[in-house]
Amino acid sequence: MLIDSSRKDVSIVLCGEAGQGIQTVETILVKAIKKSGYNVFSTKEYMSRVRGGENSTEIRVSSNRVFSYVDRIDILLALSEGAIPHLENRITSNTLVMGDEKHLKLFSQDKYDLLNIKLLEMAIEMGGAIFSNVIAAGIIACILNVPKSVFESCISEIFSRKGEEIVRKDTNAGIKGYEIGKELVDSGRIDIQIEKNSEVLEEILLDGTEAVGLGCIAGGCKFMASYPMTPSTPLQVFMAANSEEFDMIFEQAEDEIAAINMAIGGFYAGARSMVATSGSGFALMEEAVGLSGMIETPVVIYIGQRPGPAVGLPTRTSQEDLNLALYSGPGEFPRIIFAPGNFEDAFLLSQKAFNLADRYQTPVFILSDQYFADVFYNQPTFDLEGLKVEDHIVETNSNYKRYEITVDGISPRGIPGFGDGLVVVDSDEHDEMGHLTEDLDIRIKMVDKRLRKLKEIDKEIVPPELLGGKEYKTLVIGWGSTYGPIKEAMCNLKDDNISFLYFKQLYPLHHSTKESLIQAEKTIIFENNAQGQFADLIKVKTGFEIDKKVLKYNGMPFSVEEVEKSLKEFTEG
Amino acid sequence: MDPKVFDVEGADIAWCPGCGDYSILKTVKETLSEMEINPQELVFVSGIGQAGKLPHYLKANVFNGLHGRSLPVSTAIKAVNPELIVINVSGDGCTYGEGGNHFIHNIRRNPDITNIVHNNMVYGLTKGQASPTSQRDYSTPLQINGVFLEPFNPLAIAIALNASFVARAFSGDMKETKEILKKAIKHKGYALIDIFQPCVTFNKVNTFQWFKNNTYYLDESHDPYDRDEAFKRATESDKYPLGIFYMNSDNITFEEGLDAYKTDKSPLYKRDIDMEKLKKLIDSKK
Repeated sequence: MLIDSSRKDVSIVLCGEAGQGIQTVETILVKAIKKSGYNVFSTKEYMSRVRGGENSTEIRVSSNRVFSYVDRIDILLALSEGAIPHLENRITSNTLVMGDEKHLKLFSQDKYDLLNIKLLEMAIEMGGAIFSNVIAAGIIACILNVPKSVFESCISEIFSRKGEEIVRKDTNAGIKGYEIGKELVDSGRIDIQIEKNSEVLEEILLDGTEAVGLGCIAGGCKFMASYPMTPSTPLQVFMAANSEEFDMIFEQAEDEIAAINMAIGGFYAGARSMVATSGSGFALMEEAVGLSGMIETPVVIYIGQRPGPAVGLPTRTSQEDLNLALYSGPGEFPRIIFAPGNFEDAFLLSQKAFNLADRYQTPVFILSDQYFADVFYNQPTFDLEGLKVEDHIVETNSNYKRYEITVDGISPRGIPGFGDGLVVVDSDEHDEMGHLTEDLDIRIKMVDKRLRKLKEIDKEIVPPELLGGKEYKTLVIGWGSTYGPIKEAMCNLKDDNISFLYFKQLYPLHHSTKESLIQAEKTIIFENNAQGQFADLIKVKTGFEIDKKVLKYNGMPFSVEEVEKSLKEFTEG
Repeated sequence: MDPKVFDVEGADIAWCPGCGDYSILKTVKETLSEMEINPQELVFVSGIGQAGKLPHYLKANVFNGLHGRSLPVSTAIKAVNPELIVINVSGDGCTYGEGGNHFIHNIRRNPDITNIVHNNMVYGLTKGQASPTSQRDYSTPLQINGVFLEPFNPLAIAIALNASFVARAFSGDMKETKEILKKAIKHKGYALIDIFQPCVTFNKVNTFQWFKNNTYYLDESHDPYDRDEAFKRATESDKYPLGIFYMNSDNITFEEGLDAYKTDKSPLYKRDIDMEKLKKLIDSKK
């Protein structure tokens, strides 16, 4: 198989059962590829089980930066018998399928370009079947021109915590794979030429979860309480892992209700606090979203979306919980919803979320999803210059009133134990002191006060980003994680008439939205849900009806090819 | 210190005349003043119900949150600022019903807080339905043929979970209650004080006189460090014992277990983020 070097990128998919260590291979390879100076991107899809099933990881290696999922598979490494059937729809005559004879024997050479490698036999010789994954990693590393020393150092790094013996065995297995890769290259069976880029070496390699997590730390997060739920658990793990270093508290709560009430309690007492959850878990938190709104005590809520309703598809992706976040909690109060689509935004908006929550004393949401949380790619390092943890806490005096009526609706927020005043907050309607009241005139004043904050929030809405020329005929709309595939599809299409309006803040909606939409002859939106929730929000807020909704809700992200095809049909049709 | 320090000027108290909550409020104020605790260093956290209103009638920092959810809030407040004295106060419905799961796990966490539970065996705010502690055969508009569920036994549960301080008091005995409260507040770790309290409007069975007739104080022979004995006494129901059932100072508190206080004891709001460390963490991704 020869990869056309003009295409400048190769897509490799590893597929096997849960428990075979595919994730380990992914981690080794993306590191090794990046450290060799190639752009790298990876995404995984997996079943909700600890053993068995079929899971796959796509790794893209490219000379130009890419950061989205493609359907195309150039090389498939089949580590189980079920791999080929699992990916049948994506395998073409151009796909080279590598694997052990045992896993390939049911499939015909006429239909597939098969390459038998004695992976299992070698693995057993090296100490057990489990080593076949590292042998496979060695093969891939070699055919991608990853220097042997770089590959070996990545193996050591990954396995070092498991002890010397394991490192030695895995290194041997990796080297064995590397040698097989060399034979394949020398024989001319495989030839991949991807251009290196020395700038990549200076870049960082991370996943979407880490981009958010680093932003939360930069935002001054000091307390997090959560209940594990895919796909938000990795953020919980990241924050817990860094808690000691950054003076943070992480607590695994008994349920999501406790988690968010703890976070609000934490913020009340002066520690910037957050929760991470997913759809059903957030449904349990809803009551406390109202609490945050009512007592004007901030909270930052990270929702990793997955398909619902209820338990839905635990390990798949979706953008189904915009409405849930938008309408959560009883009563009326301000809120802010971010939905970053790339790591830079994930970092900056997560940081900003804490400043805004603190300033406006209201819930702020960060919407992510399984796909975005789990993708890895390299990108320029985050610039900390100018990032500040704004100080919005006041020292109270003896006349302090927690809910002082102010022009902008923002009452200076004190915390208990800091100053001579007392900080009284109440989930009932309350007076300026914070004590409960049933005075209906005070009620109106307090509702108005809380909602006046929206006017202030409106002044600093993060505008949608326009990708492409200002003179467009077709406008593509997307939010959150559809950013990647839409952007790459646009690059491939090279059509000056199409521009892409990427929303990273969904609510409140930016004032320029309507103007941008009416300028277009045709509008199209891509969303990972079945009803077009963001299209509906745009309609409610602007009256504008987007012409075409492309909705995907099978639990998989949009591929670049899908977006390209839809855009072509839409612009030509 | 004069207990008047804790009076809230112009407070419009919503309790019925004769309610046991008044004596609990008075006892709490006297306890705090005798202990010389300043309102500024004190946070009262409550949920919903008649008992949940108590913090509005007492000068302190107040977090009156959601029904059943006060314990997670108390835990977090104490965790982010261990210098504060946190007293959680709510009723039997809020603490044992709506908040039952939090009650259990809060005992496991063992934050250094005091938990006062007004236990009148009935729902007052929603007008007379059964509470988790309502006794068998107690009729209400919702339990029309009388309660037939096993009453919730908070003390036995707390002792089963090896809670660090477990006591029961009676609102009518202010002097005794005050002594128990003082010990509870001083105690390092989670302290539960279930306070029997008559509801004059909705509970015509468990009246002031009923509590008088059906309770007695544990005498000096009771060893509060004997868990088995404490459990046994907690299951008595011919007459209900009052006093300190169980104490256990062996468990570390939640705050003591947190890495954030290993080297630095200051509250988290006083700490800035170390941008150099963050830069290092980001660079480690290279």
